Amino acid sequence: MRSKPFKIDFFIILLNGIFILLSITFLYPIYFQFIASFSNPAKVAATPFLIFPVDPGIGVYRLLLNYAIVWIGYRNSLIYLVLSLIFSVSTTLMGAFALSRRRLAGRKIVLFFIIMTMFINGGMIPTFLVVKSLGLYNKIWALVFPGMIGVWNLLISRTYIASNIPDELYEAAIIDGSGEVRFFTQILLPLSKALIAVLILYYGSSRWNAFFDALIYLRDRNLYPLQLILREILIQDRIAMEMGGDIGSSEFFWKEGIKYGVTVVSIAPLLMLFPFVQRYFVKGVMIGSLKE
Amino acid sequence: MRNIYQSFSYIPHFLSIVVVCGFIVMFTTTDTGLFNKILMTFGLPQQQFLSDPSWFRTVYVSSGVWQGAGWSSIIYFSSLSAISHSLYEAADIDGANRFQKIRYISLPGMAPTIITIMLLNMGNLFAVGFEKVFLLYSPITYVTSDVLSTYVYRSGFMNQEYSFASAVGFFNSIIRLILLVLFNYLAKKVVHESLW
Repeated sequence: MRSKPFKIDFFIILLNGIFILLSITFLYPIYFQFIASFSNPAKVAATPFLIFPVDPGIGVYRLLLNYAIVWIGYRNSLIYLVLSLIFSVSTTLMGAFALSRRRLAGRKIVLFFIIMTMFINGGMIPTFLVVKSLGLYNKIWALVFPGMIGVWNLLISRTYIASNIPDELYEAAIIDGSGEVRFFTQILLPLSKALIAVLILYYGSSRWNAFFDALIYLRDRNLYPLQLILREILIQDRIAMEMGGDIGSSEFFWKEGIKYGVTVVSIAPLLMLFPFVQRYFVKGVMIGSLKE
Repeated sequence: MRNIYQSFSYIPHFLSIVVVCGFIVMFTTTDTGLFNKILMTFGLPQQQFLSDPSWFRTVYVSSGVWQGAGWSSIIYFSSLSAISHSLYEAADIDGANRFQKIRYISLPGMAPTIITIMLLNMGNLFAVGFEKVFLLYSPITYVTSDVLSTYVYRSGFMNQEYSFASAVGFFNSIIRLILLVLFNYLAKKVVHESLW
């Protein structure tokens, strides 16, 4: 091993500096919500660049606990998430399995139509009219069934299954007398754990954050998912101060405080899960690629 | 360190669009928003980022970059990692500097991925995100902020003109399809990479 003379690589220092700046840009808004929610909102408005909580306290969260509609929204979002995960992941896996078998009659045509939907679809209104005529208007299922299978997820699942579950395995199972269902549940599923994890992540994060479907399909306020409630609070500034309590004359600022608190409450689960699942994300992008 | 920077960069992707728009509204409010506070400390006049039609595009695009850059770069990163190291070593031996390596090895190596992703996103040219526009626009900024999908929403759901809105939406889809076929053809001719 030859020893290299010690070089100060300016480029690397510059690069690190740029990335530290970028990281601050990416993280500051989120960080801001956290510290602002633990501060006195009136002081937050006055401080130019918030780094630490000013006048720390949990007043915001005390108000938030009484703000019922937020928690109703939370509960609804959880219900929609669990339901749609169950349906979406299972149907995507089943569809991918079917489409990965070369023997499937009409495979190319079915694939063609499915992929077509990525590029062209009927549009907002016709879809809405179809869903409405199916009787899903203003029901929980309107947030589960439409868009249950994402074409992209279906395709990467199909590639994954085609690369990792060889035909020979399938044939061996058939020879040993297993049926399709048994093969699917007892052989394919245990072998596809990585794929299932990725599907749960992808479907989960898109369903949790979805608000458009709820916007057009739901009328009953008690069915609103968290995102819709967030929209009311954050964007439309419609915060019903029916919670009472000792707010006093700084009511305007406490409304702002509610915004910080509600944002924290809605992104907290995500941020807590993030460190544990983040290594799956980069893997997940390549999971649909062919094994060399 | 790379892993940490990369993880930080794609956290914004997982925030919901409502939350991101909440940030935008919060940071762009006059007097109390972060951006205007910074402008004030430098003595510059405050800007009405969301009420001024000329700011809308900037706000829309920059928040889109903020949210999407980290996640989208994962694909390019994977593609970059797939380029064989021996190419870089050969370039080192030939005395190439960083920028030459980027220009002659990295970029051509990533080209198929870049073209594919770009083609797939062509469909989004006209389907320009309904949700963010819908959350951030207001009648004052319709001039620059209203897009086809929000227009369809307004005429369809607000004004109940279902047939007109459907026609606009369908027209939208056809244009997307034509653009996609066109760009695919162009890509095939120019860089010999295409979707089909």
